[in-house]
Amino acid sequence: MADIKQRDVTRAEHGKNGIQNTIMTEIIEQEIETKMAEAPENWDMIIKPQRRLLDLHLGDLWRYRDLVMLFVRRDVVSVYKQTILGPLWYLIQPLLTTITFTVIFGSIAKLPTDSLPQFLFYMSGTVIWTYFAECLTKTSNTFVNNANLFGKVYFPRLAVPVSILISNLITFAIQFGLFLVFMGYFALRGFAFQPNLWTLLTPVLVLMMAGLGLGFGIVISSLTTKYRDLRFLVQFGIQLIMYATPVIYPLSSIPERFQVLIKLNPMTPIVEAFRYAYLGAGSFNLMQLLYSFGFMVIIVMVGVVIFNRVEATFMDTV
Amino acid sequence: MSKTVISVENLSKSYRLGQIGTGTLSRDLNVWWAKARGKPNPLLKIGQVEHGNQDGEMIWALKDVSFQVEQGEVLGIIGRNGAGKSTLLKILSRVTAPTSGEVKVKGRIASLLEVGTGFHPELTGRENIYLNGAILGMTKEEVQRKFDEIVSFAEIEKFIDTPVKRYSSGMYVRLAFAVAAHLEADILLVDEVLAVGDAQFQRKCLGKMGDVASKEGRTVLFVSHNMAAVEGLCSKAIVLSQGSLLTLSEVHESIKFYYKTDERKLNISLRERNDRQGEGNIRATEIHIIDKTGQKTNFISMGDSFTVEIRVQGALRSGIVGVLIGNQFKSQLIRGYTWENLTESVSVKGKSVLKCHFEDFPLINGTYYIHIWIAEREGNYNRLEDYVENAATLEINAVDVYGNGRILDSKTCVAFCRTKWEIYSENS
Repeated sequence: MADIKQRDVTRAEHGKNGIQNTIMTEIIEQEIETKMAEAPENWDMIIKPQRRLLDLHLGDLWRYRDLVMLFVRRDVVSVYKQTILGPLWYLIQPLLTTITFTVIFGSIAKLPTDSLPQFLFYMSGTVIWTYFAECLTKTSNTFVNNANLFGKVYFPRLAVPVSILISNLITFAIQFGLFLVFMGYFALRGFAFQPNLWTLLTPVLVLMMAGLGLGFGIVISSLTTKYRDLRFLVQFGIQLIMYATPVIYPLSSIPERFQVLIKLNPMTPIVEAFRYAYLGAGSFNLMQLLYSFGFMVIIVMVGVVIFNRVEATFMDTV
Repeated sequence: MSKTVISVENLSKSYRLGQIGTGTLSRDLNVWWAKARGKPNPLLKIGQVEHGNQDGEMIWALKDVSFQVEQGEVLGIIGRNGAGKSTLLKILSRVTAPTSGEVKVKGRIASLLEVGTGFHPELTGRENIYLNGAILGMTKEEVQRKFDEIVSFAEIEKFIDTPVKRYSSGMYVRLAFAVAAHLEADILLVDEVLAVGDAQFQRKCLGKMGDVASKEGRTVLFVSHNMAAVEGLCSKAIVLSQGSLLTLSEVHESIKFYYKTDERKLNISLRERNDRQGEGNIRATEIHIIDKTGQKTNFISMGDSFTVEIRVQGALRSGIVGVLIGNQFKSQLIRGYTWENLTESVSVKGKSVLKCHFEDFPLINGTYYIHIWIAEREGNYNRLEDYVENAATLEINAVDVYGNGRILDSKTCVAFCRTKWEIYSENS
């Protein structure tokens, strides 16, 4: 087998050299001519083997912003096509999860909820967690799910994960609206919440969740081009991490010596900050939130660099 | 004044054959951990030495390819399967990065690689036009400006608000081509898109591509196996073979060159073939196709005469020899049998040459296969002595049969004969 190949290569070599020499001189002559004609060559694009580590092409992403928005539109419009309830599913999902949690963790397991109404406590946790989890799982499939498209045409690959963040943001906004409606309902029933000025931090918190989801998601998606194992890991890994995040229990209910572990989880301060801002209960600590923010910035940077390296050659491995 | 818009310099691309890495994370970690402790790779077989590039052979899909393309030029890229045509386009369209060398480009590149990629079946034609346009690099305003033109080119005005999953495949293809053809790109990469759609639309696409280059001054790189299309569209062509650039010249020269380079493979000895049937008292040892000028070739133009020459070894007392010409669907489209032509049966001994002459070959352009059939006549039945399937390949080229620039080819019919028209008026 190797022998045959070797022979073919040498033959190709012979064939090439004879003919190409003449062509080469032609080309060289041409080249000199063009260089004479327009002295400073200004090429719009140069395709080179491997990009430098920090050559991230983020400008490209901006040029393709229309594509990002069309991806968002595609995702939002196509998900519930040919369903009877259509967009109502956006509301049914968090409602059913909340009810399940309320029954299992609230009524049966009787977990504490920082003296908040159980329904609201679980709903806030679910809505917030869903956004992060969806961002992570969906972006982690970027390369594998789009291999076909990526193999045919170039556009900044980051357009796909970024569009996922945005389309999930729409889902999140709807579900968070639902949460606010229930908050109002419980307030009318006489529960005294203390929403405070920290609610102004909401966009930052959402950004942090998006960043964490994106960062982890694209690191995983870059690795899945080589290791398909990670896809299975993500599926149940995300569930396990949920239990390491104060989604179904408040941080205050955890024994002091375990709290450090839970606090290492960058999602913990975000969930707690949300609850503290809107419902006025929970252990909120600015330093921890800053830790979480720093974590997010680093993971996004690492993710984008790895993603960028993989996108240049992933077609050869996927 | 022409200016260079694409400059490809010493471009190479290698792929590693076989498994890349070990495939699973745990095993890679295992190897990595062993290396970190200075131990040998646990997955290597005993006695196996570690190489720089680990297991797997390297294969060069492209090797040291250099050429330049000028503005407004339509450059054909031809070569056998696996010659590196698609790899070249993939590098140009930035789908994958080269291993070494570089490409310099002036202006925007858009690729029209495979039709319908990126269409979402649930979305309507309108939505897909915007989406596909954006995937190909257009902004929303650009698509808006071209929208009516795209719709009318694709002839789908009535169905523009229907989800594309309800489209016929023809409509689908038309829409996809229309979007790509109306791109505002300076350089268009086209890979075999014309293999789909009906003949009328294919002609329209070819026409559109011609316009794109000649009227709008855009540059087109066109990959195709359809030599008639390459000849009709391109001004120049490059020939690739096993990753190397063999020639860059005028399109006719290149096509001629492409056909010639293939002749090396023609003198295949049939002796080594062991997938043959029959008793074997006589064996076909060589087969050649000889054109009307006496040259051995595999390429015959439509309507030309040629000879199939078979060399045999062995004895045949009173036998029948047949040359069968078929295609992938039917093994016999045309046949030359001594049984039908000759009154006497064939009787040979030792080494012999048998020639079958085909006059004005009527099949349309395409690839055909020649099978050899030799049998001994035993009373009322034939005892098969030798049967070699696909003993040779016959490529029939499309030509301008009537010399008026209109090409008769396999999109229109399967066979032809020279026709003549007479038209006169009957008004007294």
